[in-house]
Amino acid sequence: MNAADTIRPRLSTLEAAWVIARRDFLAVLLSRAFLFFLLGPLFPVIVGGLAGMIGGEVQRDAVSVEVGLAMNAQDNAAMLAAAGRLAPQLGGALPALRAVPEAATEPAFDARAFLEARRGNYAAIVTGTPAQPELIGTEGQLARWQGPVGLIAEQALKTEPSVFPQVVSEVVTTSAAAERSSRIQTAQIAQMVLFLLTMLLAGMVLSNLVEEKANKIIEILAAAIPMDAVFMGKLFAMLGVSFVGIAVWGLAGFGLWSIGSTAITGSTGFDIASLPAPAVGWPLFLVLGVVYFAMAYLLLGALFLTIGAMANTVREVQTLSMPVTMMQLMVFFLAAYTIKQPGSGLELAAVVFPLSSPFAMLARAAMEESLWVHAAALAWQALAVLVLIKGGSRLFRKRVMKSGNAGRAPRARRWGIRMTAREPAE
Amino acid sequence: MDMAVSDHSISGNHEDGFSAVPADTRPLAIEARGLVKSFDGTRAVDGVDISIPEGAIYGILGPNGAGKTTTLRMLLGIIDPDEGVRRVFGHDRPHDIGRLIGYLPEERGLYPSMKCIEAIAFMGALRGLPLKVGRERAVELLERHGLGHAAGRQIRQLSKGMAQTVQLLGTLVHRPKLVVLDEPFSGLDAINQGKLEGMIRALADDGVTVIFSTHVIHHAERLCEGVAIIAGGKVPYAGSVEAARDRIPAQVRLETRAREGAWLAALPAETRRNGDFLQFPLPESGVEPLLRQLIEGEAGILSLSIERAGLHDAFVAIAGEAAARQLEADAEEARA
Repeated sequence: MNAADTIRPRLSTLEAAWVIARRDFLAVLLSRAFLFFLLGPLFPVIVGGLAGMIGGEVQRDAVSVEVGLAMNAQDNAAMLAAAGRLAPQLGGALPALRAVPEAATEPAFDARAFLEARRGNYAAIVTGTPAQPELIGTEGQLARWQGPVGLIAEQALKTEPSVFPQVVSEVVTTSAAAERSSRIQTAQIAQMVLFLLTMLLAGMVLSNLVEEKANKIIEILAAAIPMDAVFMGKLFAMLGVSFVGIAVWGLAGFGLWSIGSTAITGSTGFDIASLPAPAVGWPLFLVLGVVYFAMAYLLLGALFLTIGAMANTVREVQTLSMPVTMMQLMVFFLAAYTIKQPGSGLELAAVVFPLSSPFAMLARAAMEESLWVHAAALAWQALAVLVLIKGGSRLFRKRVMKSGNAGRAPRARRWGIRMTAREPAE
Repeated sequence: MDMAVSDHSISGNHEDGFSAVPADTRPLAIEARGLVKSFDGTRAVDGVDISIPEGAIYGILGPNGAGKTTTLRMLLGIIDPDEGVRRVFGHDRPHDIGRLIGYLPEERGLYPSMKCIEAIAFMGALRGLPLKVGRERAVELLERHGLGHAAGRQIRQLSKGMAQTVQLLGTLVHRPKLVVLDEPFSGLDAINQGKLEGMIRALADDGVTVIFSTHVIHHAERLCEGVAIIAGGKVPYAGSVEAARDRIPAQVRLETRAREGAWLAALPAETRRNGDFLQFPLPESGVEPLLRQLIEGEAGILSLSIERAGLHDAFVAIAGEAAARQLEADAEEARA
């Protein structure tokens, strides 16, 4: 084979991007750091789970919804019996009643003094009689329990037990209000997942060009192929790495769910199967989720790559990451805030602003059936990605590829000198 | 964008309209007119004109900070000039013919975790060479340059000199028609400098155009057919090495038995005494009339030699004493 025939006159931008992407993808995938990267999300999940368990335990211990009864023994019994009769009708709307033992044993029992002395663990205490009940407690507790206590007292006064009429019920599959409310839940969860993934993954791009700059490879790349291709290749390589990560985490999550779905549902109270179906249907919603993740990643990644490209060291990258993270949060908050305001000016702004657009549009996919808006939004986001890549590479060439080694000590300059914007030209 | 350049010689067209060698008919590998580049309001390169024919070895000679790297980066399309035009093999956009170009930047660098063979193949891939072919050629090149044993080693495991060689091989793996080397001799010991000179000559023998920047005059003088002398962002001379040397008249060195006499009147006004010797520029009329007058005046000639000016003398004359001193200081530092 004639070697001259095997070589192309020039690489197209996409081909050049592919050369970069292939190297970066394999370099990351075959590195030891990738294993840590895969394990990374495990730590917040474990820490979050532990914190949730501890918090829940503390909450259960600390918060009481018991209302104490400090009437005479007969009235206490009547009140407890009345609460028992009402419970099937009202359930959780009623307080848990418990007779205060101190009221029976201490002749000078004063409910106000008892609560103010922080004795017992009652939300409030009922004194007096069922005919004239007196509720003592903080302002908030009074507002909460005044009605239910009155209802129980009224029931306690009855000599005959009440007979409640049978309510005939008929189930409808949905209603406009129920559907909207449940889809909002799906939209919120989808946005949160999208945000967490981009937050977790797009940050990798920040330090991506630092290696090339630190190793002085950037000039070889810039001389051989357009900087657009370098940027694009790096972005797509990291997107590929992200998809590998998501696939691994997804499989691990699926495996975990398959093994212990009952335990997970029981302990977290969250059942993924009960999540309301999005407006566009699950299959299309998942496809859109993947596509919007790619767009969110590319948009944020292009921005991060540009910012990161201006940095010369990992330390500088770390300094830059804080404002960048803040910006990510702002974008997410904008999109999240507008979920409940479809069609409003603010929601439209979230849809149009490229960085928040994937989040806002994923929420729309959960809540609205129309598909053309997604095609338009994706085209708009793709355009924004191209503009960001183009702008980033131009800025990089202008700001970074500025100088040779003028003014530096020759012994030090051969292998270890950075190119900065401020050095004079060689 | 067309440029009206008809003289394809390695020649200068500068302040005195100097054009010392006959125009050659070779097509141009590089053609640049009026290149200007400023950084933060400072002109790093200020109106550079260069014409380099195909197959030439060409040096960009100047002290650190003169604008050599910026000029090379503009020629290669790494950065765009603020003003002026450049053409590489007739193309305005060097990236369009990236396959024809090999570039070794001054700040050497490779991915430390890459194996030598992969690093070379990757550099070829950047220029459009399929990876498989790149790997085959990498093995061949490494073996030819005595590094066959290191093919499977990671770059981080190599010595600095070996890594530099690997990068140079990566620059050549796709068999470019134009090789641009920025300060290629920096950091090399004398033996490796000699090897590199040999490689450059071999490339030129194969018809490859080689351009390198340097602040060491001897490399340019030994290797180059043409040079561009660059100082303060300007190119006061671009042309053949021979023509540069010819800009300085040859020096006559004369030793006589007689110290005084009428024959002294025959010597040019610029004559200086240096110990037992008299030194003066070779008169335009040549040495024969002078010899006749010295003999007739009974000067008693003990010795007479005519010494042609070197590139260093030419550099001093063209770029000035200050630039020459800086060039020497840079070279001295590099040697140290």
